[in-house]
Amino acid sequence: MTLKKNDHLEFYRQMVLIRRVEERSAELYQQGKIGGFLHLYIGQEAVSTGLISVRRPEDRVITAYRDHGVAINVGIPAKQVLAELLGKETGISKGRGGSMHMADVSKNYWGGHAIVGAHLPIAAGMALGDQYQGNKGVTICMFGDGATNIGFFHEGVNLSKVWNLPVLWVCENNQYGMGTAVERASAVGEIHKKAEGYGIPHSRLDDGMDIMKVREASAAALEQVRSGKGPYFLEIVTYRFQGHSMGDPQRYRQKEEVTQWEKTDPIGIYNRYLVEQEIATKADLEKVEEAVEAEVKEAVEFAETSPDPALDTLFDYMYTDKEQNHG
Amino acid sequence: MAEINMRQAISDALWEEMERDEKVFIMGEEVGVWGGTYAVTKGFYDHFGAKRVKDTPIAEAAIVGAGIGAALVGLRPVAELMTINFAFVAMDHIVNEAPKLHTMFGGQMKVPLVIRTAGGGGRQLGATHSQTPDAIFAHFPGLKVVSPGTPADAKGLLKAAIRDDDPVLYIEHAAMYQVKGEVPTGDFTVPIGVSKVQREGSDVTIVSYCRGLQLSMLAAEQLAVEGISAEVVDLRSLRPLDMGPVIESFKKTNRAVVVEEGWPSYGVGAEVSTRLYEEAFDYADAPIKRVGQKEVPLPYNRELEQSALPQVADVIAAVKEVL
Repeated sequence: MTLKKNDHLEFYRQMVLIRRVEERSAELYQQGKIGGFLHLYIGQEAVSTGLISVRRPEDRVITAYRDHGVAINVGIPAKQVLAELLGKETGISKGRGGSMHMADVSKNYWGGHAIVGAHLPIAAGMALGDQYQGNKGVTICMFGDGATNIGFFHEGVNLSKVWNLPVLWVCENNQYGMGTAVERASAVGEIHKKAEGYGIPHSRLDDGMDIMKVREASAAALEQVRSGKGPYFLEIVTYRFQGHSMGDPQRYRQKEEVTQWEKTDPIGIYNRYLVEQEIATKADLEKVEEAVEAEVKEAVEFAETSPDPALDTLFDYMYTDKEQNHG
Repeated sequence: MAEINMRQAISDALWEEMERDEKVFIMGEEVGVWGGTYAVTKGFYDHFGAKRVKDTPIAEAAIVGAGIGAALVGLRPVAELMTINFAFVAMDHIVNEAPKLHTMFGGQMKVPLVIRTAGGGGRQLGATHSQTPDAIFAHFPGLKVVSPGTPADAKGLLKAAIRDDDPVLYIEHAAMYQVKGEVPTGDFTVPIGVSKVQREGSDVTIVSYCRGLQLSMLAAEQLAVEGISAEVVDLRSLRPLDMGPVIESFKKTNRAVVVEEGWPSYGVGAEVSTRLYEEAFDYADAPIKRVGQKEVPLPYNRELEQSALPQVADVIAAVKEVL
């Protein structure tokens, strides 16, 4: 697919939107307005944005608990993401899920799963459902490097090959499972090679900070699955940013940081690419950034002013048959 | 009505549901080519084919997890765990995924999954293969847990479970497949979460389910010979738990014994007796007794094993204590 200027601006918008939402989330967390855990996607924006940009609507998406970025990429409005983080009834999961459990089934996005690796067998089952019903879609299952050391990973990946299921396994290798580096937790340093043990074709993208490369690798991997050859395993190397100046909303305008930012930040890398390739001007991109600023400001206001779930809805959604919700 | 055994009743329910609805399929260890380790799905593979009768690897998390996934996208899987003892290696998916997804995403997802499994002791399989851990699973809101004690309920509950939009753990007893009973002909379901009086009586209420029901019915027969009239209430579902008929019976008899095959500690008897005390304390004329398995991992030796499992004589003795 040849990308038009507007496509690029849309990807850029999504990446900046993820960054802004995450930065605001960190602040709201510091203010005690967000409870529980908060896993930020800052630094990994190119992975999800690039990957989701090549999926088709019939392709299902399921991921782990670092799910805010994916939520935005599949098209959940920032205000529903932030409202969920604040536990509001207007949140995408009606305040029942929180940071780790965001889904929008209408967008074929199935969450947001917080037990490491447990969603891999579920993803295999979703692909089985599509295979069984003759649907065309691919199930895109994202997970971290840490998930590849747990039994669920091996059971799910094995099953996908045994049944030749249309699954794209995407390992987002951000190089740490919590605080434990890959080489301290995984017997195999190059994670994609684990797929070898299950006879599944695999590859690794070393530069997951460049959205154009992520798109290229993801599109090729998806095509392989779509062609009916069964599952494919794609490892994308990326990294989480620490809470340093990269998170500073002012950095776009601070010259001394720009050089560093253009080299290591997925948004900076993309920004430089778009300008150097004369796809967009600095002014175009600043316009996008300003629009995102406004959207996030509005989204935070929406979230903060939204109602909490009514206490008498505590038992709603336990069972599909509400009559049984007190059993 | 026709007299058939438990195996046939379960098999018929599966067969009829698969004939009725293309979305229903079976997956599990040896369910296909082998015909099921307890021969429940014998003949299914030849009739329905490999697509709808799926043999799986020995990987219980994959069996239940994939069942959840398939259920999410519109199918009605019956995921079989060869025994409930293997459910522990799929614990996360049974208690922490399937029952959570509907509520956790604000009602967006449904998990119409049946997890079929068999539990119970008495077959000299040793400590790891003989357990009755039903209460553990019934602990979790969001999961439905049923465990039939008669062929009619086995058939009706399984059909109801398959048609239910929530995850249901369906627990059979591995030593009860030959138990016979009258089963209505034609299509019928037994509602989940509804207890039933299986035998009427006036002197004492015996509350039980599954294998415990069998013991309780035999005990009631023998007690009748001695002039003691026992009412037997069958829970059938452990969650949602229908205490209505239990309380009603207790208000009439004022005495109760709860019979289960599992360990009494933190068990079904503990739950039922507590609810009776909470909701009908004033009606109690004697402390409620629990009958269950001795609090020890089950041994292999036949005599030792039988000495640990609850027997009809234990139920009779408990009844006499509360009278």
